[in-house]
Amino acid sequence: MTSAQAARKGIRPALPLLAPAYLWLTVAIFLPLSAMAFFSFMTDLPMAGREWSLTLKNYAAFFSTSLYLTLLWSSLRLGLEVTAWCLVIGFPAAYVLAKVLKGRAREAIFLLVILPFWSNGLVRIFSWAMVLREGGILDTALNAVLPFTVSIDLMYSYPAVIIGLVHSYVPYMVLTCYLTLQAIDDSLIEAARSLGASRRQVLRRLILPLAMPGIVAGAVLIFVPVVGSFMEPRILGGRTGTFYGTVIEDQFVAVFNWPLGAALSFILLAVVLLILAASAPILRRAQQ
Amino acid sequence: MAEVRVENVSRSFGAHKALDDVSIAFPDGGFYALLGPSGSGKTTLLRQIAGFDFPDSGRIVIDGKGVERVPVEKRRIGMVFQNYALFPNMSVTDNVAFGLSVRGVSRAEIAGEVQRALDLVQLGGLGERRPHQLSGGQRQRVALARAIVIRPQVLLLDEPLSALDKALRVDMQVELKRIQREVGITTIFVTHDQEEALTMSDRIGILREGRLVQEGSPEEIYDHPVSEFAATFLGDANILRGEATETGIRLGDGTEIATRLNSMVRMTGKVSCAVRPERITILPASAAASTTGNRLAGRVSKRIFAGDSSTYFVERDGQTIKVLVQNAGQIPFDEGQDIVLTWSPESTVLIRT
Repeated sequence: MTSAQAARKGIRPALPLLAPAYLWLTVAIFLPLSAMAFFSFMTDLPMAGREWSLTLKNYAAFFSTSLYLTLLWSSLRLGLEVTAWCLVIGFPAAYVLAKVLKGRAREAIFLLVILPFWSNGLVRIFSWAMVLREGGILDTALNAVLPFTVSIDLMYSYPAVIIGLVHSYVPYMVLTCYLTLQAIDDSLIEAARSLGASRRQVLRRLILPLAMPGIVAGAVLIFVPVVGSFMEPRILGGRTGTFYGTVIEDQFVAVFNWPLGAALSFILLAVVLLILAASAPILRRAQQ
Repeated sequence: MAEVRVENVSRSFGAHKALDDVSIAFPDGGFYALLGPSGSGKTTLLRQIAGFDFPDSGRIVIDGKGVERVPVEKRRIGMVFQNYALFPNMSVTDNVAFGLSVRGVSRAEIAGEVQRALDLVQLGGLGERRPHQLSGGQRQRVALARAIVIRPQVLLLDEPLSALDKALRVDMQVELKRIQREVGITTIFVTHDQEEALTMSDRIGILREGRLVQEGSPEEIYDHPVSEFAATFLGDANILRGEATETGIRLGDGTEIATRLNSMVRMTGKVSCAVRPERITILPASAAASTTGNRLAGRVSKRIFAGDSSTYFVERDGQTIKVLVQNAGQIPFDEGQDIVLTWSPESTVLIRT
């Protein structure tokens, strides 16, 4: 069937294929999200025995103190740092997987990259806690090798949060970059080399631009959840692990101030969307 | 511009000998076709000359300098790939400019050189297009412009026409030959298409299983094949087998066939001879026996009409002989008709079996 024929038939034949996905999205995401949006404009939860009315004070709370803004800023920084580390660690791995390894070796290394997806997130974080705490596995291992005694004690620190988050999210970067790198024909790289390009020039002028869609996809997949993350900061960061995400979680779980938590969530959503929209033209240009 | 020499080059991949002691001299400014079936090692040889891969032993000399350990980016070669390998993230101009800009040539100079290269391949107005907006023939031209703009010492073409359809391929053959003459660059061309090799190159090397079987001008190889493989791979040939005699060959049924006086050492024992289908004439069986040259009686088993010519399949002594007859308005022979084949000893090449 030509595209013209397809266009004439319109979207109607495709509806049975689309409907299940969109029905599910409506029920599972749109409805709860609308409820949340409604909560964010309430004074209190609409439960038995509670008085409630519509208000904007939950949003005003964000601007009335610098605390939320500071926390949001450090969360965005955390997101950027984790994304950058994932790129630095994940891209070379993806390159080797896509362009250097073949057959069995590639399958084996690929499995190791995917492995974190198969384990429970909480288990992974507590494993890191075992490794990083004072006198933990890292310290013990280093002391067994080194002639002098060291105590790294990374537990409950900013680096610990970064390590835990990078570990959780680096597979996304590896996978998205792998897909775009694999689609680059080897003869393109050979052509560039035959024209006299050094390896660095091939990387900068050919491979990076062609892999940019994968890098961007990976960065978005990592940045968005990391900015709102609360599990890793809370467990691995301890007292230093207070971020925007943990404050939101507090509103829902500890303080039981759902309206404020909902408002803070929507502000985060708005900020993230603004960042993505603002960076879209830059990223589009980078791909050219 | 430079002479390229390959000396005793061998290359193995595991137990497979892709190249086995190959030596070829590619003349300065010449158009040399490396011809062979797939797996003959022709592409492997091209990759050694380019510097994508290095020989296990032997030397590769470009313009008097041994380069067998120099990687591709340090050699001055221009390469056109089978799939063109145009950079999809760049415009036509940027594709052609790539080789100059990685060498740090100034912008103004690049612009002039790129324009000249695009004009040479007659794509002057398409500089802003992206590769995906071009037709197959245009992509081919961009790939060629990109390769020659850096003024390489040698131009390497890896089956560059195989992705084009028949009509366009003939056009590009002419075009490629024109550009090669205009630039005067030593060109090495890999192909499995014998017609392409014959029409485009001034020298042909036939490769088989990693070895050079025969080389020479297209006429030499076509008219004087040294082996059955060379005879049948380049063009069509009827192979007749028998015993060597003073003047030629005696077939199984005792028929004597005279062959061209061979400059090679006289052959003895079992030999073959090759006759091109277009060199044979068909006569009615009743024709006078006084015709000079070789004679074989046979029976037409099939005739295929192709407009400008007809191909006859003639059965004799359990063998099918192909004969190509130009259409000059003569009355065709019928299938099943008894006929006589004649051809001159000059058209009969003795070859080793």
